[in-house]
Amino acid sequence: MIRFFANASYDFIKWRRWAFSLTGAIMLVGLAFLVTRGLNYSIEFTGGTLVQVELHKKVATGDIRAALDNGDLKGADIQTFGSDTSYVIRARLTATTAATQEADAVTAAVGRALDRSVGAGQYTILRHEAVGPKVGHELQAKALMAILLSFVVTLIYLAVRFEWRFGLAAVVATAHDVVATIAFISVMHLEVSLIVVGAVLTVVGYSLNDTIIIFDRVRENLRKYRRQNLYEILNLSINETLPRSVLTHGTTIATTLSLLLLAGEVIRPFAWVMSFGIFTGTFSSIYIAAPVLLWIEKRWPGEDARGARTFGSRVPATPSVSAPPATPPSAPSPRAPQPAR
Amino acid sequence: MGKIRQRLYVIGVLILLSIIALVPRNTTQRIRDAATGTMKDTIVRRVPINLGLDLQGGIHLALEVDQSKGPIPDCADAIQRAERVVRTRVNEFGTKEPVVQIQGRCRLIVELPGESDPARARGVIQRTAFLEFRITDMKSLFKDALPQIDGVLRKAGVKSRGAAAPSAVTQLFGGDTTKAARDSVAEANTPGVLSSLLFQGQLPGEFLVPEEQWPLVDSLVNRPDVKAAIPRGIELRWGAQSASRGARAYRALYAVESRPIITGEELVKASARRDPVTNGSVVTFQLSRRGARKFSDETARHIRDYMAIILDGRVQGQPPVIQSQIGANGQIELGSKPLQEASDLALVLRAGALPAPLTIIEERTIGPSLGADSIKDGVRAGVVGVLFVIVIMIGYYRMAGALAVAALTLYCLFTLAGLAAFGFTLTLPGLAGFVLSIGIAVDANVLIFERIREELVHGKSLRLAVDDGFLHAMNAIVDSNVSTALTALILYAVGTGPVQGFAITLIIGIAASMISAIFVVKTLFLIWLYRRPDMVTLSI
Repeated sequence: MIRFFANASYDFIKWRRWAFSLTGAIMLVGLAFLVTRGLNYSIEFTGGTLVQVELHKKVATGDIRAALDNGDLKGADIQTFGSDTSYVIRARLTATTAATQEADAVTAAVGRALDRSVGAGQYTILRHEAVGPKVGHELQAKALMAILLSFVVTLIYLAVRFEWRFGLAAVVATAHDVVATIAFISVMHLEVSLIVVGAVLTVVGYSLNDTIIIFDRVRENLRKYRRQNLYEILNLSINETLPRSVLTHGTTIATTLSLLLLAGEVIRPFAWVMSFGIFTGTFSSIYIAAPVLLWIEKRWPGEDARGARTFGSRVPATPSVSAPPATPPSAPSPRAPQPAR
Repeated sequence: MGKIRQRLYVIGVLILLSIIALVPRNTTQRIRDAATGTMKDTIVRRVPINLGLDLQGGIHLALEVDQSKGPIPDCADAIQRAERVVRTRVNEFGTKEPVVQIQGRCRLIVELPGESDPARARGVIQRTAFLEFRITDMKSLFKDALPQIDGVLRKAGVKSRGAAAPSAVTQLFGGDTTKAARDSVAEANTPGVLSSLLFQGQLPGEFLVPEEQWPLVDSLVNRPDVKAAIPRGIELRWGAQSASRGARAYRALYAVESRPIITGEELVKASARRDPVTNGSVVTFQLSRRGARKFSDETARHIRDYMAIILDGRVQGQPPVIQSQIGANGQIELGSKPLQEASDLALVLRAGALPAPLTIIEERTIGPSLGADSIKDGVRAGVVGVLFVIVIMIGYYRMAGALAVAALTLYCLFTLAGLAAFGFTLTLPGLAGFVLSIGIAVDANVLIFERIREELVHGKSLRLAVDDGFLHAMNAIVDSNVSTALTALILYAVGTGPVQGFAITLIIGIAASMISAIFVVKTLFLIWLYRRPDMVTLSI
């Protein structure tokens, strides 16, 4: 029987300041990119026209770009898409022109430019999208609303299933993941399309999932071990769920990597965001959700805030984190005893 | 054993239902017969999973009521009426399985799988198909008003930019126009701004404008001050296509009476055919009885007058002269245009006019080869991803892992069946979501197996460890899956097309994984324990 991290007893929470500094640094870099370069929105959001062409023979990109520049398409964006005979040409909407008129003009202009640089009949238009400005604005609002709404719904669900402190900690961790993922998207200069927004929301779900698995263990251990304080319970729970984390993240990374490498160019941004999301989701469940829960219990102590007050400012000299005793101690508790296991 | 048998029955029924949902079945498709141009029903057998446009190629259009020329008070009502008209048109268009649906309140979504000519689709859908017949300006009221209009323009300070001729309305080919153009630039503004751009055509009320001057003239005649100067009872309409005279292309401008003698509302039948004499495309139509009576009255009064056939504000061809009284039947000649265009026109005339013009706010065309590539790549990624998952699960959990992998095949079956049974559409992001969900689907099994291992470490018997493992893992599995399903639901509510496909796949995947990872794997464990009662160590 192979067992990874069986009976592990790492003091994860001890490293929380390092973890905060690390994620803070990453976010600062991301923020710098975000401010200086902004996000690379797809035409779904900005409005505009996208034409994807497949050339029947290889042509220097410079030639096509020159032909586009000469053919009323200055400022249009051209890049290879997967192979070096496949190109995507994007022209974002400039003024509030009627979407389809502009789209027709752009498609026609792309056709003329390609006729000149590649030759008529030497290419196939694979995909053509034209989005009006109205749709773009609507989508931006909708995407933002979707992410915020998912926070609210999760908060309510966790408040019902656990307690509001757990819910808040989970939402803070998830918000961290959203910010970190947006920073990643900005640094990687990935195109923000609807699919990428879908990926961000999937990261939200995945990260929550991971946090809930740990919190579920925390809830259980709080009942089981009456003498341990919250700090120890958190560490214990993270350690106990470690084998599960390794396995699940392993299988998810395996499928995400196969998407990233094999599923083609359209899915690639999605796969990038998901790959990053798995890392940040795992990180935040351990280093954001758990310490934030500790902090919340210190500020607004609930009935589970055992010893949380002592941990806000200092770490105990000898953190007594160890594998749990084989049999739960029969602690004299003021609360009702738990059902025997 | 009885308990195991009950569980096996349930699983058997689920598998049976899934297979029934996925059996290829007959679907009726309307396809245009290439030989006759008419529509016919064909029956095609296929697996009932709807592929999104991004996977099979096609055209996606989002339309809204055009409010640029004045607000429309009740757009929801207008879009509902437009939906009926568009549906009729699209059903006759020749697409396999078209989708026409209202999204939100005032938006119409049209999807034409397999189509690749967006211009033609746009033409058929967007055409308001408002047909009217009007008598041209027989008394030359507009021509007489031209000096006055020129005066209005001169007062407004509009300069003639490289006008074509110095004099007022000139006869076509009546002079060296290039030289005249140079002259007119030199002595700016002496000739009439508008009249210098118009050449008298062959019939009363017809003017010809050089094709390159067409946008300029159009902007001039649409100025409010010019419109006010046009004589009462007269309106201007452009010709539908340019005509070449000699080496140059001209666009015809017609002065017509404001009052149509008849409109397309009176039309009951329309069909396309090829004229045996001229070999041109012709749309013949038949009017209702009321319309026919009105039409014959009007044509009787206007014998020897010219009648412009105006479709969506554009004059079709050159207005014919009314030779005699016309009754219920008439025809529109399209000249050398292909028969396809004639039958498209007949189709929109038949389906009726749109209640309001529609404007396209989003258009996507995906070539069929791109969709096929996407399916190929997506399936390849899926197979490789699944292989990875199988290796990890069996390598780590041995026999128990093998049971989880067996359940995973059922998971795939259930998910696909769910998509088919509820008629959801599989999109490219949906395919990615499916691959991803395979990785996530084993999470439940991982949670359960880790629990069983813990229970075994705590010294419980095999049977008890398995039962407790499943029981204690339930909380975490339910909570985590519900929260993922909630985000997927939000994604479905907010997203469109492909993203909704992704959300749907995720939701169905979660439901399927709950069944396969918990119920099916538990059953397999029970069988395993039943058949090996003497087993002391679990291969987990």
